[in-house]
Amino acid sequence: MLQEYVDRKYRRDNKPPVEANLIKNRTAIVGIGQTSYTKNSGRDELDLACEAIRNAVDDAGLKISDIDGFDTFILDRLALPMLVNALGIPDVAFSGEVSGGGGAGCAVAMHAAAAVVTGQANYVCVYRSLNEASGHRYGRGDDFIEYMPVALTPNYAYTWPLGFVTPLGWAGVWGKRWMYEFGITREQIGWWPVVLREYAQNNPDAMFYGRPMTHQDYMESPMIVDPLKLHDCCVNTDGAAAYIVTTVERARDLRQKPAIILAASQSCPIEQEIQTVYQRPIISGLVETWYVGQELYRVGECGPDDIDVAQLYDPYSIGGIIQLEELGFCERGEGGKFIEGGDNIRIDGKIPCNTAGGLLSEAYLHGYNLVIEGVRQIRGTSYNQVKDVELSLVTAGPGVQSSGIILRG
Amino acid sequence: MVKLIEGIPVMRPYVDLDNQGYWDAIKNHKLVLQHCNNCNKFIHPPRPMCPGCRSQDTLEWKESSGRGIIYSFIMFTSPKMAYPAYELPYAVVLVEMEEGSRICANTHEIEPDEIYIGMPVEVMFEDLPDGQSVFRFKKREA
Amino acid sequence: MAIENVKDRAVIVGIGVVNFSTDIGRTEWYTACQAIKLAAEDAGMNIEDIDGMVKSVDDGPDPTYTMKGLGIDNLLYHSENHWGTSAMMNAVHAVAGGLCNYCVYYQTAHRASGPERCISDFLVAREFRDDSLDMVRYDFFSPFGLIGEPGYVAMMYRRYIHETGISPQQLGWVPVVASENAAKNPNAIFYNKPISIDDYMQSKLIADPIRELDCAPKVDGSIAIVITTPERARALKQKPAIITSVASGMAPEGQLYTSYSRDVITDLPEMKNMAKRLYRIAGIGPEEIRVAMLDDTFSPYVPLQLEALGMEAQSGRADSLPLESLRLCVRFEAPRRIRWQVLIQSLLPAEPEARPTA
Repeated sequence: MLQEYVDRKYRRDNKPPVEANLIKNRTAIVGIGQTSYTKNSGRDELDLACEAIRNAVDDAGLKISDIDGFDTFILDRLALPMLVNALGIPDVAFSGEVSGGGGAGCAVAMHAAAAVVTGQANYVCVYRSLNEASGHRYGRGDDFIEYMPVALTPNYAYTWPLGFVTPLGWAGVWGKRWMYEFGITREQIGWWPVVLREYAQNNPDAMFYGRPMTHQDYMESPMIVDPLKLHDCCVNTDGAAAYIVTTVERARDLRQKPAIILAASQSCPIEQEIQTVYQRPIISGLVETWYVGQELYRVGECGPDDIDVAQLYDPYSIGGIIQLEELGFCERGEGGKFIEGGDNIRIDGKIPCNTAGGLLSEAYLHGYNLVIEGVRQIRGTSYNQVKDVELSLVTAGPGVQSSGIILRG
Repeated sequence: MVKLIEGIPVMRPYVDLDNQGYWDAIKNHKLVLQHCNNCNKFIHPPRPMCPGCRSQDTLEWKESSGRGIIYSFIMFTSPKMAYPAYELPYAVVLVEMEEGSRICANTHEIEPDEIYIGMPVEVMFEDLPDGQSVFRFKKREA
Repeated sequence: MAIENVKDRAVIVGIGVVNFSTDIGRTEWYTACQAIKLAAEDAGMNIEDIDGMVKSVDDGPDPTYTMKGLGIDNLLYHSENHWGTSAMMNAVHAVAGGLCNYCVYYQTAHRASGPERCISDFLVAREFRDDSLDMVRYDFFSPFGLIGEPGYVAMMYRRYIHETGISPQQLGWVPVVASENAAKNPNAIFYNKPISIDDYMQSKLIADPIRELDCAPKVDGSIAIVITTPERARALKQKPAIITSVASGMAPEGQLYTSYSRDVITDLPEMKNMAKRLYRIAGIGPEEIRVAMLDDTFSPYVPLQLEALGMEAQSGRADSLPLESLRLCVRFEAPRRIRWQVLIQSLLPAEPEARPTA
């Protein structure tokens, strides 16, 4: 079980052949849109979603009525019929949803691409709308506990009654083990949020724009769940984001330079749970991210050295840093050393990461803002533009069934 | 070391036909693990099918030795992300049992700064005021 | 180049059905694993070769659960949908698009034995949905006691009777013919229990004019279907059922059973949109369809679907309903309310074969 992960040898022969992958080089993200990211939007999710979708459609140079497909997460306060009715769309040819919370961050783009490339729809809109700061929070246990005398599912029964009710805590367990096995220090981990905060200072859309943070600030910040400090945790956000996926043929007639999808992949490896992935032989790594990366590199026929900029899903710092290891930007267990001083992930470093500020400093839009920043890097319009970007990688939530995407110009 | 705050009920487990044996045993102050007789392997969390041989009728409950070592742990220190029924700080430990399965639990009579990865522990049971039984881990000699 | 459509690019190579029952005495997790195992055995493939899973999110355990039982190494594709069974569209684009090799579409629902045996993360989804913005819609019905799906459908059905003059004696043929089919199907809840039109007329009114026998019985059950490419199917055991076409559709002002804001409420415009695409992809018309499995959760939707699918030519005018001539099958979990999708499977037998059960 998982021997190939432990051996770091990805089995390629039982996968669909690369030439059968229709998404590769045939689909593109052609429009991106977002609302402002705030602590209290004062509007409902439907209102926010409509604004983000309209912005994405305008950006692409399309009309709302051109949209004939939708994809999003399963946990969503918006019901598709009400969104479609609000937008006045006459017919929807494809709609999909993906489970796994933030792990679906790139899977939705992959499904949208598969739909357009197989003729199921022409323009698929991928959207997410949240009032997580002012309204409904997804990543917090006490929402449930207030009215939940019994654990919600059999699996949660092994953790929730222990006072162990948040993704932060569940992830802390494998984070702690990772720190223990490889001697990772808190000082090292701190460089991830610090560098992200630096990026956010150039991004006026970011929640933490104008609020810089030094490494000392990080070290002095309070502990939330040992081993995670306040600044290791993502920033709850009200806002919405959307993007449009279509084929490269259609993209040629549109307004923007398309961000072509070189590869996209999903992974749900064995013993997968929502963060509580404790039964695997190794818990000090992110198996799902490793599988996603290997499949991306197989389909994209490239490797970590070819990636120019990466947006890694970082609901907590450790999640981002372990992904650096699993995606091959450094060796397993070397993430701490790699991140030290922060230069490796700064704009002219080895692999610039989360250049808009990521989930920690830009907004916690469940990874949609990461995809949008990945697209901007291809277009050359990022607030922290990396030079000569050819390949831009985006990942989705670690510790759950995950996904990833590589974009090219 | 977990201390209950009076008046706030502790969440009960979700008992179904797949995991009933596990939770029933805890009521009787026993820790059992699911075991596949065909593969001679312990499985956790309990499930309806053995992932090794995909048999649905070779699964049974075997009593655990109750001994294990702490594989990882976390400490809840801030009310922000903690459970309102317990006094802060409280720890959750992930214990690797001698049988190989890893089980989460709270601790008993272990101070927060005593806990370390590799610490030998054993299971103990406690009856809560609301009538449910829970298991926790306490120190043991290596 | 993108491909124009998915015609004939995916096939069904294995089916697994766990006996339908009103009290199955197992968890959904148990029967989901069982159904997938049966489907893989039926196909003659290794379970570990499964690398995709799709389902509707409403009932049953999600792939993280089923994988834990089945011992599958990794999934390259999975999706879970609300709002209908567009899961099949996902399965088809996954294998046709070269994203995975063998995709399992599974669905488990233990709605007869109730929520205490409905075990899965879908509950999480349900919790969130109860908090959904969509719920405000019900404020326009619930205060007046219009609660529940039979009532929502009854509102539409009353109008349908008014517009077409259809009588209960005519509509009654929907459940009667279905039960005739079921009587020969050992897997069916209504096995050996055919009902007559008199039984129908005497069945209880739930929400006048909807009768008890107009509503699908709640069952416990689990099904799984293996989908792969035609090339891979050659190495497998069964004659493949080629998926000639798969489509879905929506239409303005659509709501779950309660699309009362439309000009005409006795119509299924989303199904017409779907049917147009479905026939276009397949390159055929309704006259070439030999057998149809229609959603008969509520029997009034059957004549409406026949109209929307352009099949009334075969069965006469829908409002005259000579449905005796149409062989309907009792479906297990039917496609859902507002969006519709039909799989054209000319190769599938008219009645589900009795499958060995464990």
